[in-house]
Amino acid sequence: MNVVVAVSGYIIPAVMLFIVIHGMIKKVNVYDEFVTGAKDGMKTVVSIAPTLVGLMMAVGVLRASGFLDMISGFIGKFTGKIGLPSPVIPLLIVRMFSSSAATGLTLDLFKEYGTDSLIGLIASIASSATETIFFTISVYSVAAKITKTRWTLSGALISTLAGIVSSVILAMLMI
Amino acid sequence: MLNYLWGFMIIIGGIYGAFTGNVQAVADGAIECAKDAITLCITMLGVMSLWTGLMEIAEKSGLIMTCTKKIRPVMHWMFPDVPCEHESMKHMTTNVIANILGLGWAATPAGLRAMESLAELNSGSKKASDTMCAFLVINVSSLQLIPVNIIAYRSMYGSSNPTSIVAPAILATTISTLVAVIFCRIMYLSGRKLSGGKGDSV
Repeated sequence: MNVVVAVSGYIIPAVMLFIVIHGMIKKVNVYDEFVTGAKDGMKTVVSIAPTLVGLMMAVGVLRASGFLDMISGFIGKFTGKIGLPSPVIPLLIVRMFSSSAATGLTLDLFKEYGTDSLIGLIASIASSATETIFFTISVYSVAAKITKTRWTLSGALISTLAGIVSSVILAMLMI
Repeated sequence: MLNYLWGFMIIIGGIYGAFTGNVQAVADGAIECAKDAITLCITMLGVMSLWTGLMEIAEKSGLIMTCTKKIRPVMHWMFPDVPCEHESMKHMTTNVIANILGLGWAATPAGLRAMESLAELNSGSKKASDTMCAFLVINVSSLQLIPVNIIAYRSMYGSSNPTSIVAPAILATTISTLVAVIFCRIMYLSGRKLSGGKGDSV
């Protein structure tokens, strides 16, 4: 397992090296093309900046008002009965909106309950198996200029739920 | 849909904050997060430019085309409405590969471009095409295989075995992606049946 992790540390440098070497072999003007591409990247970031401000602000309002905690507590009461510890609920909800906020909550859980407790394991696996669905869907929809996302959200929620359920079961098996 | 979601987030947050006496916190939270968004954008400017720069090289050298051809059967099965030679196929392939490798920063620009070129196929409609829905659902089903960040955090917080979660994480990710693929398949087929053959949107 440690080999896998060691290898994954080399993915970024390996991909960079491979792209540049492959480019030079194919006689591409690597530096010129890099600059052209980088310019496009900047444009992309600038074009999604307003979306980011709007979304992060809305998430900020929901979190600061205490609404997310209230919902988490409410859901936690039910999930506690089926063996899902309530402290992970806020994380599972926030994870769908913001990955930086989710990282903060994950670290809090690690600090309070330990990384190898049931809570720590659920937090670790579920964070890896889920994505910031609302965030990604919003940003991508703006890029495609669509307002009606049809079955996107229901699909994303179902797959997230599948990820969470399997994370909890796998974490329980590890204990 | 997003207009309602966003609107209700602000309204619920504002009203709930007022009831619980968190009005000041709500105001601070909104401003703080707006600031964070721009800080994030500044970081993104650097990292994303780096990846779009490298991707441009990979594009010109034909590397992306080679990868696209290699996994074309899989992509064609998942997104049957997109003509094989269409540009969006290339961007979607780049996005999926970057996601699997855990290069989130490289995946985003490719994903955005994929959506832009899918919009062309959708003749600029406001309604998402089946392909857009499927691409988004699969995209957010978490494709990353090795959760490098989580492993780093685990060892930072003194885990006795930071990598113990790698296998379960891969399994859970695979399950969520499988569910996403099956869901998209069902939606595709039911859409076809309702409209009698070809779907109303590409």
